[in-house]
Amino acid sequence: METAEKTLDEILTLAAAHFKVPREKLSPDEDFFKALGIDSLQTLDLLTKLENHFRVELPDYELQGVTDFRTLAARIQARL
Amino acid sequence: MGEKHFKGQALSWQVQGGVIELALHRDPCNELGSLSLGEFETFAAALDDLEKDAHALIIYSELKPGFCAGADLRELYTQSHTMEKSKALQGVRDFLERIHRVLNRIDAAPLTTIAAVHGVTFGGGFELALVCDLIIADKMARFCFPELRLGLIPGFGGIPRLKRDVGNAVVRDLLLTGRSFNATKAQQIGLVSQVVSEGEALRAARATAAQIGKFDRRTAAAAKQFIKPVPFDELRKEIDIFCELFSRPAVQAGLKKFVESTDAQPYLP
Repeated sequence: METAEKTLDEILTLAAAHFKVPREKLSPDEDFFKALGIDSLQTLDLLTKLENHFRVELPDYELQGVTDFRTLAARIQARL
Repeated sequence: MGEKHFKGQALSWQVQGGVIELALHRDPCNELGSLSLGEFETFAAALDDLEKDAHALIIYSELKPGFCAGADLRELYTQSHTMEKSKALQGVRDFLERIHRVLNRIDAAPLTTIAAVHGVTFGGGFELALVCDLIIADKMARFCFPELRLGLIPGFGGIPRLKRDVGNAVVRDLLLTGRSFNATKAQQIGLVSQVVSEGEALRAARATAAQIGKFDRRTAAAAKQFIKPVPFDELRKEIDIFCELFSRPAVQAGLKKFVESTDAQPYLP
């Protein structure tokens, strides 16, 4: 079982690598749309990347209104 | 006489080694509007000649975001709200009739057809993939029928074809929640035949088409006709239901919110 902090850290590392943003520039409470500079299509890429990495299903509607990495991590943690 | 090679604004095709490759390349993600439909009709007309020398058809996207994001909702909204209601509805019905003719033609083609998909495969894009005999997906592919979130149902044959391929519980899950599935899930439920690494779907589709080329064409065509009947009655019913729902003010309001949204996440309830 992964801890919430580990899940959060993995999300930040994965997002930084996928969207080629320095890892140190991303912080847990940041708006990931702005931090990563992504649009709706790229958000789907991130969702798929996270599902594949954590081997979970994340229904889109559970992520509506989620804009920061910490809440995103909590949603994933709830399905691990 | 159909052209062996075609380069259009939305799609292109060529035939090589008995395989027709149909490439989609209309920015931003192959939205299906009147331009694409016109070129798809040209392709459907050319198929009569193309399939004489071919055993397989591969449909794929050359664009990074994905296979196809579905119907061009901006065009749909613009046309529908600038026209008188009955004319707008007739325009939608005509569009659906035309795209159904194209998709039914590809569905029943005496070739083995393969959708090689990656990224966004939503709505009409998913419906285009479902027309094919096999779907080969890269692991970043994502499938969704978001239509109910806008007060509509899929209109390009998605429901009858989904019902043909998977159990009704899966159809309900996809349609009634409007949620998206990744490629692994799509393979688990039987929609996708192969999941491959990122960027490898077209290569895998070509390898599959080469294998199919070893078989007797007439036998493959007869087997396909027996295995995969086109659900014409349900397809017709789907057009009627779509048109009935489309004319409601709630749908127009939902489309308006969606097309006018400038957020990173466009409006979808």
